[in-house]
Amino acid sequence: MIGAAFFSNGPVQVALIIGGGAALVSAVVGVFTVLRGQSFAGHALADISSAGGSAALLFGIRPLAGFLAMAALGAGGMEAIGARQIRERDLVTGIVLGAGLGVTALLLYLDMTTTSASGAANTVMFGSMFAIAPSTIPLALGVGALALAMTAALYRPLLLIAIDPDLAAIRGIDPRLIGLAHLLVLAIAVALSAMTIGAILSTALLIGPAAAALRLATRPGTAILIAAAIGLCATWGGIALAYDSFYWTPGHGWPVSVFVVMIVLAAYLAAGPLGTALARRRMAGS
Amino acid sequence: MFSGFMINTWIAASIVAATAGLVGFFVVVRGASFAAHALPLSIFPGAAAAAWLGINEIGGLVAFAALGVIGIDALSRRGRPEVATALTLVMLLGLGTLFLSRTTTYAQEVYGLLFGQVLGIGAADITPIALVSAAAAGAVLLLFRPLLLSAVSRDLAQARGAAPARTDLAFLVILAMASAVALPVVGALLVFSLMVGPAAAARNLTDRAGLAIALSVAISLLTVWAAIALSYLTNWPVGFFVGFFGALAYGLGRGALHLRRARRAMA
Repeated sequence: MIGAAFFSNGPVQVALIIGGGAALVSAVVGVFTVLRGQSFAGHALADISSAGGSAALLFGIRPLAGFLAMAALGAGGMEAIGARQIRERDLVTGIVLGAGLGVTALLLYLDMTTTSASGAANTVMFGSMFAIAPSTIPLALGVGALALAMTAALYRPLLLIAIDPDLAAIRGIDPRLIGLAHLLVLAIAVALSAMTIGAILSTALLIGPAAAALRLATRPGTAILIAAAIGLCATWGGIALAYDSFYWTPGHGWPVSVFVVMIVLAAYLAAGPLGTALARRRMAGS
Repeated sequence: MFSGFMINTWIAASIVAATAGLVGFFVVVRGASFAAHALPLSIFPGAAAAAWLGINEIGGLVAFAALGVIGIDALSRRGRPEVATALTLVMLLGLGTLFLSRTTTYAQEVYGLLFGQVLGIGAADITPIALVSAAAAGAVLLLFRPLLLSAVSRDLAQARGAAPARTDLAFLVILAMASAVALPVVGALLVFSLMVGPAAAARNLTDRAGLAIALSVAISLLTVWAAIALSYLTNWPVGFFVGFFGALAYGLGRGALHLRRARRAMA
């Protein structure tokens, strides 16, 4: 089904590179996000970044720069209002998210009325995998590498805080500082995937592969590798299927995000019984 | 602003705002912000499906509300609740993207459904909105004690024989009903802003549950009325004003809480 035409197609090449980068960063950062119970914060940052995406359309700047700036601003906002208890933290996340989405609403309205971008809501909220400018590649890969490097540097303290906050405090780790650094890495990850599979659906790449991997692996390092593999498979598989779908229903293909979400979900559901079987074998072996 | 076609909007908006204020109080005390955000988004494809199949919009929304509740409930039996919420959200929204890609002339409506519209309500919508809202409000009043008790202490609720897991499911159903009817007015992305903002502000203003609920409903009504009036005058989206006033209410509530604490410390 997929021949040389697939790989020599310009937009497909860009989608494969940037989509792969976004999937990789999201999967790695996602493992810490799921471990720390911050799925909502990750989803909220992605939604907030949509305000940046719509502002970029309005002012004619690079979409990725817009997504990144707004996600970082959201991360800063959540940290500034701050809250210790989990319940209060979710509430603050919700309030910041509501305000951010309000801004998105207004910016998209202005996009649609003052520019010719009538499909702005679709592009920003549901992604534009095949419409990314090739010139975005260096910036996307650069910030992606930065996010991975920061995660590597924060590996031990992040893990310790996620697993045992009290022990982390005894070891002299400042939870606020690490928390802010993690939010910033999270912001980069979601901005990358928001641009590719859309602001609302980037949660699929952040949470899905990581949650599936954590059901299979007992060690965090292994979980990260499995998550990265699932994320890459879902994104590249999604791109290939979306490309192929142009032939299923002539005229217009199916959106990439649908396939990405379905593959991620299938991986998560399959990981449940598989993880149980693995654990049983491990018990029998020891 | 109050004539003819706008009357439907005012009536529907007042009903959904009151329901959102009531349900929102429990969203805040139970710490269910993520579910309150995810359910409306999961329900949003229902409108697209309804348009595609040519059935009543509220019907499509309620059907997807049921799917959202089943998804979150089934997935959270096997894993972390927040992962279950996130995955249900992306699964149903992915379906929505598929429906939307089947039609080409839907851009304006997508925007309205995500961010709210003043003219989204017809006379035929009022009855289903009122019925679903009444069912949600009735369920809240019926389950008032278990809902509050299991929010404060799950152990205590269990000791009293209230089965917290069943209460959680009941609450998801109530949340889904309130979201489904609020969606056409304030938009899928900002329904939860209407639930969280006013209720969080109310909780900061008083410690008594009954008074907090009354305040939450009042702030929610004021938010929606102001949002619709301003949206009508400026033509800007309803969701923008709802998001803005929601955050403003929370900010003022937090300020008031600091004042109360400071005064108590002085006394």
